[in-house]
Amino acid sequence: MSDQVLSGKVLLAHGSGGYLSHELVERLFLKHFRNPVLARLDDAAVVEVSNLGLLVPGATSPGVENADLKLAFTTDSYVVSPIFFPGGDIGKLAVCGTINDLAMSGAKPLYLSAGFILEEGLAFEDLELVVASMAETARTAGVSIVTGDTKVVGYGKADKLFINTAGLGVVPSDVDIGSDKARPGDVIIVSGPIGDHGMTIMSQREGLRFRSALESDCAPLHGLVAAILGAVSSPGAGGSSPSPAAIRCLRDPTRGGLATALCEVADKSKHGIEIEDRAIPVRDEVRAACELLGLDPLYVANEGKLVAFVEPGAVDTVLTAMRGHQYGRDATVIGHVTDEHRGRVVLRTALGARRIVDMLVGEQLPRIC
Amino acid sequence: MKYVDEYRAPELARKLLASIEARSTRPVRFMEFCGGHTHAIFRHGLRQMLPPTVQLRSGPGCPVCVTSDADIDRAIATATLPGVILTTFGDMIKVPGSDGSLQTAKAEGADVRIVYSTLDALQIARDNPENEVVFLGIGFETTAPTVAASILEASATEVDNFRVLSLHKLTPPATCALLDAGEVRLDGIIGPGHVTTIIGSAAWEFLPRDYGVPCAVAGFEPLDILEAVSALVEMSEAGEPAVVNSYTRGVHPEGNRTAQGVMARVFEVADAEWRGLGRVPASGLAIRQAYAPFDAALAFPVKTGPAREHPGCRCGDVLRGTAEPTDCPLFGRACTPVRPVGPCMVSAEGACAAWYQYGGILV
Repeated sequence: MSDQVLSGKVLLAHGSGGYLSHELVERLFLKHFRNPVLARLDDAAVVEVSNLGLLVPGATSPGVENADLKLAFTTDSYVVSPIFFPGGDIGKLAVCGTINDLAMSGAKPLYLSAGFILEEGLAFEDLELVVASMAETARTAGVSIVTGDTKVVGYGKADKLFINTAGLGVVPSDVDIGSDKARPGDVIIVSGPIGDHGMTIMSQREGLRFRSALESDCAPLHGLVAAILGAVSSPGAGGSSPSPAAIRCLRDPTRGGLATALCEVADKSKHGIEIEDRAIPVRDEVRAACELLGLDPLYVANEGKLVAFVEPGAVDTVLTAMRGHQYGRDATVIGHVTDEHRGRVVLRTALGARRIVDMLVGEQLPRIC
Repeated sequence: MKYVDEYRAPELARKLLASIEARSTRPVRFMEFCGGHTHAIFRHGLRQMLPPTVQLRSGPGCPVCVTSDADIDRAIATATLPGVILTTFGDMIKVPGSDGSLQTAKAEGADVRIVYSTLDALQIARDNPENEVVFLGIGFETTAPTVAASILEASATEVDNFRVLSLHKLTPPATCALLDAGEVRLDGIIGPGHVTTIIGSAAWEFLPRDYGVPCAVAGFEPLDILEAVSALVEMSEAGEPAVVNSYTRGVHPEGNRTAQGVMARVFEVADAEWRGLGRVPASGLAIRQAYAPFDAALAFPVKTGPAREHPGCRCGDVLRGTAEPTDCPLFGRACTPVRPVGPCMVSAEGACAAWYQYGGILV
């Protein structure tokens, strides 16, 4: 089977974030690049600063107070079409997406790089709008874009512009977040209604344009993550306070949607996940568009939502902290981790039946009839 | 959400289920003709909610699935002709033919484009006058009128580089073929809601009349389907087969006359090749002589080798209702949605895809 995957040619579906993307990563990239940090396949790589000494013998870390500090490092490329959409643009997305990948490891994002691949013929007006949007997003998020690169390719060799950003952040020593950390009993919280970004983009696509009041949820989530970690770290009013270890796993359900993010955690943690259909928040506009096109909001992309796996004792603290933050106002519990059906996600339908939720295969396509 | 939530109300569903259970005294097997129903049934977990006396069986109502290998090969061969832009509904691009799929043809350079409407295909033809734009016309009576409308529009506005490869199929003849074969005992048929919106519920009267089989036309929400099952249980318990319309908000006895008229203007009834059922007389739609310039089959008489079905693939049996997806030795092993062997694993309306995606195994 594995030969089959990598013979032939790359398909669009290899970029969908679902099964084929996973196979590509695991069977090609990981095969050649394998190391313990990469093999975790989390949104950001987290490395102990003390281990950096191994790479640079004799180096000290000036300004780093805590020798146990961990670095989070990530990169992501942005090829969204159209480049401007309600609620954002490719530049805002490129800054938020990478900040969010860092934030999902519990990191405070510090520095970003920005690499541009520009298509010959791109209007400077558009480019400047995108760059200004990146700058504004970075400024409000409190991160600096400190290095970059520009390449131009011939007309038709790219779609207007592609952006790559890499990000660097620091993770407090007592924070230990990862997809493999989820444990039975953990409660799953989603920070707000799902599917806004994906449906917004779809509503703008050629051949599918439909009018809606939808806006992308594109937003930087490190503030929300800091609020969550802050709430579980400080001695709370309720007396016994949880610790940062109460936050087991954070994911931002981008490509492949909530379903794929949950499937990944089930797979990595080797536990089962059970979610309640009726508990999953979806805006009416998104539900309506999904019903019309035959899509499932569980698989539609988000760019400003996170899923938190939280120790049961810390749920109220986390919910309160999330709901007090602008990007977590509609935070709600959608399910829990179980030691049943290990490695699989099961959804309880409104009628009380149970069914499996699988990872996205290919791209979601509107139905025929 | 209006028009959705009221058809998914758990309390009403529980009441319907209780009444089905109370009235069902003997084992019955109903076939949901339509793949859309199959998916709704699995998505909402309806099979496991029904009493053990009521068994549901998936039918041939998946347009992608019933397209024969020879026709898929023809589509791929057409797509690879120089200057051709092949436009198609999404699911079709992943269906494996004898050698490759439209998706792999696309990766190898063929210009294959997914459209959401036939009028988009027509627009592509207008935007690319130097190319030949072929629309892959698959689907039942639901989609055929829109394809017919695009041909009428192309004709009226003189778009002369637009063609349709018509692989359209008709549902009542297929249902007859299935019942005539007698391979699977059926105590009732859940009629396809969207198809019947076009053809009208009266089009199913032959089922009780000629076969003594009750039919309940259903919508696609859980309560629609449960109401149809309830009607079928009632009719089969009473031994009084009839056609019941459980989808009154969409379906009328006479159907959509305008759509029927458009279809009849452009298409004529012809024999068609179905996966699983073979050649079924008068079960397809061919483009009439008057619109021959728009017929891709005439414009591009491509030659393909003999079609090869994957040995072991039981899509045909699944489509006839003689096997469940899990009866196929390839299911979930050699055949998965990632690397489908047969079309029933590809399509959003395919029974194998529904079983795999929603965990028929769990049921």
